[in-house]
Amino acid sequence: MTRSALLLLLVAAFAVTSPTAGLHAAVPKPVDYNRDVQPILSDKCFHCHGPDEKTREAKLRLDNFAGATADHDGTRALSPGKPEESEIHHRIHSTDKEEVMPPPKSHKTLTAAEKDILDRWIAAGGEYQQHWAYVPPVKVSIPAGVNPIDHLVRQRLATLNLKPSPEADRVTLIRRLSFDLLGLPPTPAEVDAFVKDTAPDAWNRLVAKMLASQHYGERMAIGWLDVVRFADTIGYHSDNPRNIWPYRDYVIRAFNTNKPYDRFTIEQLAGDLVENPSLETRVGSAFNRLLLTTEEGGAQAKDYEARYVTDRVRAVGTVWLGSTIGCCQCHDHKYDPLTSKDFYSLGAFFADIQEPIIGKREPGLPVPDETQAKELERLGSVRTALQTEYDGPHRSVEAAFTLWENEALQQVTANPWTFLRPAKAESLGKAKLTVQADESVLASGGKPDKDTYLLEAPGSGQTVTGLRIEALPDGSLPAGGPGRASNGNFVLSEVVVQVKRAGGTTASVPLAGAVASFEQGGFAAATAIDGDKASGETGWAVLPQVNQPQQLVVALAAPLTVAKGDTLLLELRQNHGKGSHTLGRFRISTTADQAAAKRVGSLPFPREITDILKTPADKQNPAQRSQLAAYHKSIVPELAELRQRLAAADKARKDYEEALPKCLVSVSLPTPRVVRILPRGNFLDESGPEMMPAVPAVLPQPTMEGNRRPNRLDLARWIMSRENPLTARVFVNRLWKQFFGTGLSKVLDDLGAQGEPPVNPLLLDWLAVEFADNGWNVKELVRLIVSSETYRQSSVADPAALQADPYNRELARQSRWRLDAELVRDNALATSKLLVPTIGGPSVKPYQPEGYWENLNFPTRTYQNDSGASQYRRGLYTWWQRSFLHPSLVAFDAPSREECTAERNRSNIPQQALVLLNDPTYVEAARALAARILAECQGSIDQRVIWAWREVLSRHPTPEEQSTLKALFEKHRAEYLKDPEAAQALLKTGLAAAPPDQPAPELAAWTSVARVLLNLHETITRS
Amino acid sequence: MSREAATRRAFLGRCGVGFGAAALTSLLAREHAAAAGSGSGSNGLPGFPQLPVRAKRVIYLYMSGGPSHLETFDPKPELARLHGQPMPDSFTRGQQIAQLQGQRLACFAPQFPFRRWGKSGHEITEIFPHLGSVADELAIIRSMSTDAINHDPANTLMNTGTMISGRPSMGSWVLYGLGSLAEDLPGFVVLTSQDGRSPQPISQRMWHSGFLPGKFQGVPLRSRGAPVLYLERPGGVSPDRQADVINAVSRLNRAHDTAVHDPEIATRIAQYEMAFRMQTSVPGLVDLASESPAMLKRYGCEPGDGSFASNCLLARRLAERGVRFIQLYHRGWDHHNDLVKFIQGNARNVDQATAALITDLKERGLLDDTLIIWGGEFGRTPMAQKNKGGPGRDHHMKGFSMFLAGGGIKGGTCHGATDELGYHAVEKVVHVRDLHATILHQLGIDHERLSLKFQGLDLRLTGVEPARVVREILA
Repeated sequence: MTRSALLLLLVAAFAVTSPTAGLHAAVPKPVDYNRDVQPILSDKCFHCHGPDEKTREAKLRLDNFAGATADHDGTRALSPGKPEESEIHHRIHSTDKEEVMPPPKSHKTLTAAEKDILDRWIAAGGEYQQHWAYVPPVKVSIPAGVNPIDHLVRQRLATLNLKPSPEADRVTLIRRLSFDLLGLPPTPAEVDAFVKDTAPDAWNRLVAKMLASQHYGERMAIGWLDVVRFADTIGYHSDNPRNIWPYRDYVIRAFNTNKPYDRFTIEQLAGDLVENPSLETRVGSAFNRLLLTTEEGGAQAKDYEARYVTDRVRAVGTVWLGSTIGCCQCHDHKYDPLTSKDFYSLGAFFADIQEPIIGKREPGLPVPDETQAKELERLGSVRTALQTEYDGPHRSVEAAFTLWENEALQQVTANPWTFLRPAKAESLGKAKLTVQADESVLASGGKPDKDTYLLEAPGSGQTVTGLRIEALPDGSLPAGGPGRASNGNFVLSEVVVQVKRAGGTTASVPLAGAVASFEQGGFAAATAIDGDKASGETGWAVLPQVNQPQQLVVALAAPLTVAKGDTLLLELRQNHGKGSHTLGRFRISTTADQAAAKRVGSLPFPREITDILKTPADKQNPAQRSQLAAYHKSIVPELAELRQRLAAADKARKDYEEALPKCLVSVSLPTPRVVRILPRGNFLDESGPEMMPAVPAVLPQPTMEGNRRPNRLDLARWIMSRENPLTARVFVNRLWKQFFGTGLSKVLDDLGAQGEPPVNPLLLDWLAVEFADNGWNVKELVRLIVSSETYRQSSVADPAALQADPYNRELARQSRWRLDAELVRDNALATSKLLVPTIGGPSVKPYQPEGYWENLNFPTRTYQNDSGASQYRRGLYTWWQRSFLHPSLVAFDAPSREECTAERNRSNIPQQALVLLNDPTYVEAARALAARILAECQGSIDQRVIWAWREVLSRHPTPEEQSTLKALFEKHRAEYLKDPEAAQALLKTGLAAAPPDQPAPELAAWTSVARVLLNLHETITRS
Repeated sequence: MSREAATRRAFLGRCGVGFGAAALTSLLAREHAAAAGSGSGSNGLPGFPQLPVRAKRVIYLYMSGGPSHLETFDPKPELARLHGQPMPDSFTRGQQIAQLQGQRLACFAPQFPFRRWGKSGHEITEIFPHLGSVADELAIIRSMSTDAINHDPANTLMNTGTMISGRPSMGSWVLYGLGSLAEDLPGFVVLTSQDGRSPQPISQRMWHSGFLPGKFQGVPLRSRGAPVLYLERPGGVSPDRQADVINAVSRLNRAHDTAVHDPEIATRIAQYEMAFRMQTSVPGLVDLASESPAMLKRYGCEPGDGSFASNCLLARRLAERGVRFIQLYHRGWDHHNDLVKFIQGNARNVDQATAALITDLKERGLLDDTLIIWGGEFGRTPMAQKNKGGPGRDHHMKGFSMFLAGGGIKGGTCHGATDELGYHAVEKVVHVRDLHATILHQLGIDHERLSLKFQGLDLRLTGVEPARVVREILA
């Protein structure tokens, strides 16, 4: 066969087989089950004759030898070595619509080539092999002194009659490496240095230098953040923010410090369960919190519990196992030997994650940096020192204790006030009032803006000269209470007292005066009894002295006797009408003492202190004695200053800790949630059996000592064990894509039957084993790949080469592709030198079109772009709003990260042109680049064009390129000279100030040139 | 012919037709063509459409929040009779409940009288008098059913056929299969408006292309700021100067192509031309001032008011310009409380404009091949909800109403039924996937053939469960 005939055949074969198949599909050699047969059987047959028993037709399974050769009334689907006696052969060649397989209704057909493969396979004995990805990878031997990648690639090229391409020119090489390892373009100086460096180890030194750069971690993080679905917001419905960015920095740091991949994996899945967990490992465990969550009203916990299980199983499947085990949520897998049981038992590993199922995420673990950690420690020790000082001993206080005790007992005994326990406490609004053990009333539930509390207490024959209303703080109230307004305040508009006589008549009780422990300006105590029952404008309030007990003492105009059978009725009207200014916790007391009814007395002791005091000292137990002493210490004036300092120190530390960055992390529940098999994925169906954590049965099982429930740490260790055939292959395959544009097996998230058998299995397996042998050393793996000659080949394909291998699966050249979304931005900012290269920190908000978030709600949000340094950060730090991701990232195919994404699309759409042309980010970058042209290159227009071209594209322009830009510059300069206002308008784009010393028309015209440069296909292409 | 038009013709001759097609020169698109079987390199997938084409385009009026079927299209006298009484346990036992979880469930009578309209005698409440006047154009489905009871997953399901994020939306699938008819506009355009009580959030996911190439994603047409994101030229850049920049870019890209033979470059050049054309065409498209005062009055809008009515008028203009899939989201139907007040206000804004759109399209001869769909992500409970203010209704997924009109739909038909209290769809139940199958069918697509392999599965808009075209409502 001539070369061109072979090529034709290859192209034809390509066109008719699966689009993911490489050149190898048509290579004529003995049929190989995994490479040739299984992809056909899986795609065309397994849906009805595969692992899923429930959808299996005619009780026939074709995914294993026993099933295929089983006797069905004298016929066999597969009769090894005998196509004529095999039903498969007859069915696939049949022209009868009733008989032919696959059946017409499946809309699947077999090509002649595929039928031939199946026939040849049966003739050769119809042997099955274990699916390639489940067979442990092994290394083939490589001759000494050659790069294993080059050796294995060229071995295949030779059989295909293809030749490797020459090495790319040095300018292309350093650009390629710089984009691949750092995500940034090289500076012209770096390019020059490398071009001139002809030493044999120049490349290796360049690689080493880049691997040591802090930007390497940023570049590597992008792909990882996609696959784990890192984002700043929760995803569902309100899509509110959550604290998670420290995890992003953890990932960057992990790549920069070359954390071994096994450690990296274990920390993410179980950083809280490892021995001696550190802040670092805990932050790594944020991985388990990256999923979508909801705050939607009316969401059912069980529904979302089930969603979280499936989300996490899909994640483990995509990130580490290259498995679509997520399909088993509703049924056994149609193509791979995975079951629903596998799915739910894998999910059970995560049943211990502590999290609100519905609702706002908790703030998370404080994540101080080094300086902050030191400050936190300092504040802690200040507090501890004060605590020690407070703890004493304080001789004089202790000496005074007995005296105080006696006085206190007197106060208790002589206390003219009696708590009134309401028999009924009702809110006319929607609040729920609960009378507590200490006779105080606590409001909860509905929070109307206005409310009236109705209280009833039966008479006991007592005489009443005054009423006391204590407003009490409570932990359940905003700002500690005592009110229900967000600042802890309340407004008591009016107190109304009535008595209902046994006979049924009700009389109002006139009030004479009111005093209070504290009055807010304009909200005096007296206005609470001014007789104005309806208005909300006046009343008693206590801001700013909230979060402490307050009291209002109301004197009756005349002593009142409440006989047995009578009922005292009390109305507390709260008509302020805004922001729920109602009482959160209060207590009513009455007195018969004339004097007490007219003044604010000492604060009553807490009930338990009163009780202790009333117990004779010799009957008090030691705990009660020390409780009493502690109470005394907490109020004794002598220690007031110390108490204040201690409280201040405590608050300072707490405030500091609260202001620290936080990160959601994994914390285990004491009792894991129950995970059941949900029939058809239906969470309402609780008939399925409860599942214990376990790994898929088809894979090598972990060894466990003891009879305990396996946990996430066991799962992580199993994933990273050498027996697991998938982990290394999955990572290597994904990494390969970063350097060659396509994985060795194209479907990065599915190494199962429906994925693609690797084009070069020996190479994938060699790299996988090498990676593990090397202690999961990621930088070493990267170095190995980029050191190869295969990596350094030219990416220019002449039409014949393009025709021969359009997708470059055989690697007879390098590939070229558009930069990832983040890098498009980074490149523009880097060449304009606007880039602020800080590593890490909270996510940032670049310019975004106004109103882009208008369809968000709960709450509605207005986007405020950052100013200053935060405006010019790398793309990977952009605020990742899942439901409305930044539109310039969307235009360049950045995923929303709602789902794990192993592979981004690479589209070429008009929105990309609109972004590069009109997004202020790129116009501003062009402006800044123009300013650099004028400031940094003093020469002719031609020289400046050349200079600018090199800044952006690293190479020299051709004469045509040069003249195109020169002509544009001259035209626009002439126009802007005539229209200086237009020039000024252009120079106002973005926050960065234009240099005042540069002539505006000149600068504007260079901005046009710079815009062209930043819009070029070559500029946003890695070649 | 203007210079610009000449450029456009030349460009179209070179690269196929329009937005969706431009990228067909790319290898990726060729791959899809190859994957789908033989056929010409036409706009959409080879071999598509494979069925008779009843509708060339879709206008989907998406009533976000979930309109009550009981106050609109589904009369339930028995529910009125049981008003205030406990909802019979037989209806609700074992059912998924949203905000009414754990609360006393009581029947809540339909709040508006129904009237019979037109020759068909469609029963529609008085809150929709304008829709009543076009009743004979409508095929009402009273037996819709979905699988999700909360807004977010229900929206995702209604738009993508699954509750899992990251899948292509309906419009993206349609564009992928059929390509675009518009020469200088995106083939899938999304417009949003809001009104009334707590407009529910919606997400980009609802019109995203998911794992399909980005060119199939819905493009929002906005009522404030630039109508299309990043459409506005930078300050100080006149159309001519913008053209200078684009021409220079394309010239340099072409020169580069001769050196490196990169098929993506031709596509890139085409996209810049498309971007430039959009900068010219979109401002004209959104300028409603060119409509007569009578037309504005008929829809009930004023230019630039961002209302649903404005969006309906824009939808007609988009349809005239060949846009394939037009989706209007109106956020305002989540009536947990004060149902009477909120649904009336909302209906006023939607009723007139929807009817105007139908008659306007009809007068222009566009209704015959434009499929109109009206409905939300779910319906509302027959039970009352009382959380604040006057009573309302909670989310409800087991039975609700939608209507279709135009594009091969048999107007005046009423399909399916819920039980006597409007809880479960019981007769001729139409699941979301059946609706999807029907929409695709009208566009000439066999829903089982519109698939793409992703994560090992042949994924379809209609999913893996059997889906049925609702033939009873087809003309």
